Amino acid sequence: MNKLNTWAQWPDEKGRFGEFGGRYVAETLMPLILELEEEYRAAKKDPAFAAQMDDFWEHYVGRPSPLYHAERMSEHFGGPKIYFKRDELNHTGSHKINNCLGQVLLALRMGKTRIIAETGAGQHGVATATACARFGLPCTVFMGATDVVRQKPNVFRMKLLGAEIVPVSSGTGTLKDAMNEALRDWVTNVHDTFYVIGTAAGPHPYPEMVRDFQSVIGKEARRQMLEREGRLPDAVMACIGGGSNAIGLFHPFIEDEGVRLIGVEAAGHGIETGEHAAALNGGQPGILHGNKTYLLQTDDGQIIDAHSISAGLDYPGIGPEHAFLRDTGRAEYLTCTDKEALDAFQLCTRLEGIIPALEPAHAIARLGEVCDSLGKDGLLIMNLCGRGDKDIFSVAEHLGMDI
Amino acid sequence: MPTQRITDRFDRVRAEKRAALVTYVMAGDPDLETSYQTLCALRDNGADIIELGAPFTDPMADGPAIQLAGQRSLKAGTKLADVLALAKRFRAEDKETPLILMGYANPVFHMGYAAFAESAADAGIDGTILVDLPPEEDHELREAYEKYGISVIRLATPTTTEKRIAKVAEGASGFLYYVAVAGVTGAGSADPEDIREGVERAQKVSGLPVCVGFGVRTGEQAAAMAGIADGVVVGTAFVDHVRLALESGDTGSIAGRIGGLAKELSTALKGVSS
Repeated sequence: MNKLNTWAQWPDEKGRFGEFGGRYVAETLMPLILELEEEYRAAKKDPAFAAQMDDFWEHYVGRPSPLYHAERMSEHFGGPKIYFKRDELNHTGSHKINNCLGQVLLALRMGKTRIIAETGAGQHGVATATACARFGLPCTVFMGATDVVRQKPNVFRMKLLGAEIVPVSSGTGTLKDAMNEALRDWVTNVHDTFYVIGTAAGPHPYPEMVRDFQSVIGKEARRQMLEREGRLPDAVMACIGGGSNAIGLFHPFIEDEGVRLIGVEAAGHGIETGEHAAALNGGQPGILHGNKTYLLQTDDGQIIDAHSISAGLDYPGIGPEHAFLRDTGRAEYLTCTDKEALDAFQLCTRLEGIIPALEPAHAIARLGEVCDSLGKDGLLIMNLCGRGDKDIFSVAEHLGMDI
Repeated sequence: MPTQRITDRFDRVRAEKRAALVTYVMAGDPDLETSYQTLCALRDNGADIIELGAPFTDPMADGPAIQLAGQRSLKAGTKLADVLALAKRFRAEDKETPLILMGYANPVFHMGYAAFAESAADAGIDGTILVDLPPEEDHELREAYEKYGISVIRLATPTTTEKRIAKVAEGASGFLYYVAVAGVTGAGSADPEDIREGVERAQKVSGLPVCVGFGVRTGEQAAAMAGIADGVVVGTAFVDHVRLALESGDTGSIAGRIGGLAKELSTALKGVSS
């Protein structure tokens, strides 16, 4: 591959990142997917669209989010300076709103009058319901029936915001089934409905579009780091479920080959147990939900349910650009078990006074090894992509505490 | 050559001045032996072409009936190799009825397109419909099929524009499957008049027979669709019979029930000129 214009040139015109990505959808959806791509290309070039996004990001979401020097964590791990990109301070409590606003504004441009979304833990559902409330659009959120019970506070938030919640009990009643059901709704209501996908996966142009909207994270972090330290970081780090917060942080650094890109997947009870959500470390290439990517699957190509303590990482696939970055070696992908994430959750809370979501707790758990590899003068950015308020009930349960 | 079997069948149907009856059942629902009996019952009661469903954990284009059928089949342990073995067993006795494997891309991709093509040819499969493999993504599969003459059956829908139908037609063979309603299998039914234009355009651009499916359950509906198409596809109504038989604890009646519906449909189609 050429040195220049190598990493940032993807996807190609077929929506591929190397061999991954593509548009694996039923014919009914193809014309809409192609129209969406055209509209997105036009919006991307339109200064008015960019100005509108910037305005909402600044005044509604609260961007730029701070780049915070986590001094006590840095000390704890013996040297390298650890910075947290504080996307947990965004409106609605995570990075999800960056993308939802972009897609809802695009839906309005396309004249769509109804929004649907899938959600696991409810963060993307809440962010979508929030954007819909702001623009007065009806919103239907598909959620696995078991998650509806487990994530009651977020279900209530979505209802307050005016969204209709559809519990999905088909299949295994998890996030992947919620996504299947959202696709079924979309195929049925293709004329007026826009599907706001929550992660950098799905048929082209979603992986590119979600990445672009989330890249605000990495663009800010890059600029902030240059201002603070006068140089680029040695590594940037993020947890990975579908991978939207990670790709948003990674992408603006992708041509800076001296910057290591490090993703952390959820290893659940351990990769060896088979009960995990680590598609890159424990899966194989396959086709699901509109894209070719790494998937947890049986030797007969049937999809296996993921497991993670963090509902936000509990998905058997991964965004196709991560599959590409893994195979090319541009990014590294580590894993973290449920137990390690719980320990890291508590460590961060005690040392920094920041209660992280269980998702970024997975990345926090790998800080030790990464810091060791960087040495004392190292510089690192970790994306603190969500806050832990939503997780306090399940953490209490895992720790055997009553609240 | 397999595609020839499809062509021969449409020639015969055309000579009889009627539309083809295309039937869908899920392989291995509730078990492979029953499926074999079912295939024979379909053939014996006038099914012209048989679509054999291959189960998948995440059937995002299917409604509840076919989703549940796939889950029953997976629960019984059906693998893609079993579906192919079932086809092979049927093909050993029946050299004429076209068999189309219908399902989703991942199990086939996972087996490997080349390995799948070889096994499918050996099993006497004439074509495949992989719902989530649109024309933009199926060229590797078509290459693998080429030396065996297996058809890639493409889908056209009411959302397929005039410009796009050419893309759908290019590289398609066997027949085109026209999805009558934007939605999942087993949902609402379409008025034949609403899709007449789309079907005619598909016929004209592709030069292939066009079969209409989605929402066709009864002889009356099939006869109405037959007026505008070369064939009529019925799936969910057959799959519902499996569920009803299982609910009444009478697995032994499945092939009979399905044969009965095939009889009703094929009789209805004989009365209409296509």
